[in-house]
This record gives sequence, structure tokens and C-alpha cells, in this order.
Amino acid sequence: MPLSGANSLRNGPDEDGRFGIFGGRYVAETLMPLIRDLEAAYDHAKTDPEFAAEMADLRTHYAGRPSPLYFAERLTAHLGGAKVYLKREELNHTGSHKINNTLGQILLARRMGKTRIIAETGAGQHGVATATVCAKFDLPCVVFMGATDVKRQWPNVLRMKMLGAEVRPVTAGAGTLKDAMNEALRDWVTNVDTTYYLIGTAAGPHPYPAMVRDFQKVIGEEIRAQIMDAEGRLPDALVACVGGGSNAIGTFYDFIDEPSVAIYGAEAGGHGIDVENGHAASMTGGRPGVLHGNRTYLLQDADGQILEGHSISAGLDYPGVGPEHAFLHDMKRVNYVPITDTEAVEAFQLLTAIEGIIPALESAHAMAQVIKLAPTMGKDQVIVMCLSGRGDKDVETVGRMLGMIE
Amino acid sequence: MTTRFADRFAACARENRPALGIFTMAGDPDPATSTAILKALPGAGADFIELGMPFSDPMADGPGVQAAGQRALAAGQTLNRTLAMVAEFRTTDSDTPILLMGYYNPIYIHGVDRFIADALAAGVDGLIIVDLPAEEDDELCVPALKAGLNFIRLATPTTDDRRLPVILKNTSGFVYYVSMTGITGAAIKSHAAVGDAVKRIKSHTELPVAVGFGIKTADDAAIIGRDADGVVVGTAICNAVLGSLVDGKATAGTVAAVTTLVSGLASGVRRARA
Ligand SMILES: Cc1ncc(COP(=O)(O)O)c(C=O)c1O
Repeated sequence: MPLSGANSLRNGPDEDGRFGIFGGRYVAETLMPLIRDLEAAYDHAKTDPEFAAEMADLRTHYAGRPSPLYFAERLTAHLGGAKVYLKREELNHTGSHKINNTLGQILLARRMGKTRIIAETGAGQHGVATATVCAKFDLPCVVFMGATDVKRQWPNVLRMKMLGAEVRPVTAGAGTLKDAMNEALRDWVTNVDTTYYLIGTAAGPHPYPAMVRDFQKVIGEEIRAQIMDAEGRLPDALVACVGGGSNAIGTFYDFIDEPSVAIYGAEAGGHGIDVENGHAASMTGGRPGVLHGNRTYLLQDADGQILEGHSISAGLDYPGVGPEHAFLHDMKRVNYVPITDTEAVEAFQLLTAIEGIIPALESAHAMAQVIKLAPTMGKDQVIVMCLSGRGDKDVETVGRMLGMIE
Repeated sequence: MTTRFADRFAACARENRPALGIFTMAGDPDPATSTAILKALPGAGADFIELGMPFSDPMADGPGVQAAGQRALAAGQTLNRTLAMVAEFRTTDSDTPILLMGYYNPIYIHGVDRFIADALAAGVDGLIIVDLPAEEDDELCVPALKAGLNFIRLATPTTDDRRLPVILKNTSGFVYYVSMTGITGAAIKSHAAVGDAVKRIKSHTELPVAVGFGIKTADDAAIIGRDADGVVVGTAICNAVLGSLVDGKATAGTVAAVTTLVSGLASGVRRARA
């Protein structure tokens, strides 16, 4: 029986933007009026049939939805347990789930009369998806990206530039996603009149976590229909990787109140959870704090200074996580598990070799969890994994690790 | 409520001049030098002090204040050390108002109730927490006010007449008007617009209104101080510290670099309405 009413775990956020104790609006006063405007604009758009129609049209004809649900037959046989299905978000236009969100937010930005778009990016997939919709809707676009990430994800940097975006490398801190987000917030405070901040994950001040979730929940809704078609029942387990948590919440949301569905979020375990500052598993290795507009699990030291963290995957290399995941973690509804760099690279190789699908290093973390999970389940059981992005951007990083490049 | 802020603003008003607020980053460039700077500020002409609590991710700060915070953290600054600096300051100065300025997470991790008690015991008069807007008043603002600590709110160019009452509701000590939409250290776009904004805020509140962000020189202080009850200088102080360092380390000239700048600013506020 699905949970419902007060027992539902899908009642958040409340009017203050909270999921339990998590979420909120911890931003500078300069941004506050704008955040309230955004909330009003989004509340209006949510119930506007014209907005829904525009979204539906773009999803079908521009992004290429629905994305296929693919039965990975050889992978299933190889793992020797549950049947593994892959939700092929990597086949979306621009190569990841990020386009689901940028299409929704760009329509909102236009409705709000904003004339300039900024975004942060880690792996560059959100940057590319933002630059793409800015090209389509003829809006100037500035993408903040950590200098470390500019180096390790350079194919996406080129794509963004070709799409007409300005990419601003951020050298502060470790030059990764957290630092890019700080710089985007500084730009936003400065250009608040003209600028829309198109956040790439289900985190940040309210209403972003709920809004991004709503734009991504199409993933889970499609999975439900597709698996009913294929198997005539709900999956036994769902798996997705968790950076800020947008592909994961999009995958999970439709199933959160279905107790028969076990849910796993793969966090970046980096060099290992025991290595201080050597991972980015904020729920396994962090504790609640306040950063980037929300209360959530954060990697931090005893004095409340935020740690940089580490992951081989630029998209998961962030010391926080969206507030709804923090809530689902505390409620013990979702099982968040760390996956190390090495496990992710092995999963990357396996999927590439036996299914002919090169996954993003982010998605490879989810794959690694499937590799652990499937053999423990029965052959009549079903796992659905969100394959959030394709791995073209990562072939150099992995090639170097494997000694394929001089 | 501690009354040092009210007393000091009233005293400056009697002299028909704005109060000079000086922001310095606690622990920059090292604990001993930073404490020496803090103790030297009143003598150099600071009427009130904003002591920065360094944070790893200062989202509202420009490069000058960011770098100061990084230097402080690299030198081992912690919230406990910052509180201890205030206690040390109070052994030689019982009149100059001090507020702590920074971001919420280190306070949240310290524990809100414990932080309020520690701050009061150290001799802190107020708080400015950049990422706690009125919407999050229950976190720290309300308990701090109850305990007798001033909670000073930022008003900005985006705070319109409809929103002003929201932010003024739980504000005490003074109102800090941020001179532009931007980060610390950026340039003020229009002095006239700042003056108009100060008058607008004063029509909504009896509290003094101080202006910060973008005030760098004695002339800036004199111009802005014509309308404002106080002016706050921060980035210029951080940059003065930076300019005095050799190989990242304090020199014999570090404290003097700050006090010389502060003396000049103090002369600026004294000719604001002359
Ligand atoms: C392919 C892919 N998957 C996952 C992520 C992680 O983001 P999120 O947790 O918001 O889905 C990224 C982020 O860059 C990504 O590019």
C-alpha cells in the first residue's frame, strides 16, 4: 500500500521551504526579494496550462523524451541476480538529465523578464544544458566552473563556448563545484536586477530544491509507466547517483511512497570514507549545517568550515547535497551508500565493455552500486538504474587512469 | 540589551558627525597581530568595530575580504579564538561597541545557545549574519535579541518599501545599509542614490542607519557620512593588512598600516557635515 496523507514522505517542502529540518532560505538580503519573486513565478507557472504545454512540447521535440528504459540483458546475466534496467537519460539532447531542468527554468526566466542567465557547473553537463537553452532562446549566458573542473572536463568547456556561453574559471578553493557556486552567487548578488540564476541541481535556497525536483520527476514517472509495460509491476529497487541530487530525486520521487521499492543513492566515496577530505559523501561522512542557501548534510570540520572533498567525478565533487535527500536520509527512506573512485571506474569499464554504453563517471557510481546489489537479489527481481549521462567527457580522465594515454 | 551601540551613535550625533565603523577580520594575518590591530582601532579613531568571523565560503564577499578570511583560517583562526579576542579587547576597552560579522554555519556548529552565551560573556554587543534573512529569524535573531545581543540587519537597494518593515521588525542597534547590489569591495555606483536610500530607511525607523560596502577613502566617508549616521570601511582595511605583509607574514608595519588608514578615515567623518 502506498503511503498517503500525513504519512506521505512527499509533503515537503512546507511554506518556509523545509523538508523536516532541512532546506530553508539562507541567503543575503539582496537576493531575498528576488527569491520570493521566483517562488511566486514558479507557483503560478506550476498551475498554468500554457506552461505545461510549452514544457511538454520542448520535452518531446527538443529534448527527445521519453527516454528509453532499456533491459541490460548481458549485464544482468553477468551479475547473475536481479534484472537490470537502465533509464537512458544519457540519450537526452546534450547527453544528460540536466536538460530536463534547464528547459523548465529557462521558460521561467523568460516569464520573469530576465535578460541574462548565469549557472554553476561541475562536470560541465549542466553548463552545456544551460548554454544550449540560452542559445535556443537567445539569452546571454555566463557559466562559472572551477578551474580544476575546466581541466578535467574540457570537452564540455568547448561545447559551452561553441554554444555561445562565456565560461569563467574559478580558482578559489579546490577549484571545484562548491567554489563555482560561491562565485555564481556573488555574480547574482551583483546583477540581481537583470540576471536569472539557473541552478543545476536540487539544492540551494527555496524554491530551487522543489522546483528542480519537479522538473526532474518526469524521469521516475516515465520509469513507472515503462516498467509496468515491460514487467507488469513496480521495480524492487531504484539506484541513482547523488551529487546535489537532481537525477536521483527525479528518479525516486514517484516511488517514495511505495514501501515495496527499495531506494539507493550512490554518493562519491572518493579515496574512501576514512580518508579525511578524500571523499564527497556528505550524508555518509558529513553532518547538518548551512551552506548555499539551505540546511543540509555537509562535509565540514569541527569549527563549521566547509571541506573541499574529493571525487574523480566532477559532478559529484560537492561537499553538500539537496535538502530533500537529507530529509529522506534522516527518515531512513533512501539508503545512501558511498562508492569509491576505483569502484566507479571499474563500473565504467564494465558497462562500456558488455553493453556498449559509455556512462558518465557520475552515473558510473550508480552502476557500481548496481554491481553490488544485483547479485544479492533474486532473478525474478527488478532493479532500475538512472543512467544520468554519457561518458564522452570522461574518456580522457579514465584513459589516463588506465594508462591508455602517454 | 547591551547599550554600547546606542550610546556611541548618540555621542557621535551630539558631535554632529557620523560614526566610523571599522571591519577587521579576526585572525588576519595571525592571532597576535590581529589582536594588536583590534586593540589599536579605538585610539586610531574607530567609533565601533565589526570583527569578521572567517568562513570558508564567504558568498557575499569580494576578493579583499575573502583573502583576509583565508589568511586567518590558514593561521588557525577558530570561532573560539575570535570570541577570546573580544574578551581580551574588553580588558582594555569597555566602551567601544563590537559586533561579530560573518556567516551562520560556524555558529550553528558551535551551538546557537552556547554561542549567544559565549558572545555575551566575551563582551560582544551585536551580530551581523549575512545569510540569515528575516525569513530565518527563529534560528538566531530571536534568541539573540532575547538574550540581549543586538541583531543588526542588512538593508539593500532591493529592499523596497514593502519589504522594509519585514527586515526592521527584529532589528536593533542600527540598520546597516548596503550601498549597492554587490559584494564587499565593489564600487558605489551613485552617492546620491545612497543618500536617498538612507533618508528612505530613516523615515521607517528611529534606529541609526550606517552605510557600508564600497567606502574606501576619507572622501567617501565624508560624502556618505553627510546623510548616514555611520559609515563602515572593511575591504580597504583588509587590503592595508595585505599591503603590509612580506611573504604572507605580518611585519613591524602591519598594525601601523591599519591605524594610519583609520586615522585618515576618522578625519573624513569629522568633515562630513562641516
Ligand atoms: C551525468 C551526471 N550525472 C549526475 C550528476 C550529479 O548531479 P545531480 O546529483 O544533481 O544529478 C551530474 C552533474 O554534473 C552529471 O553530469
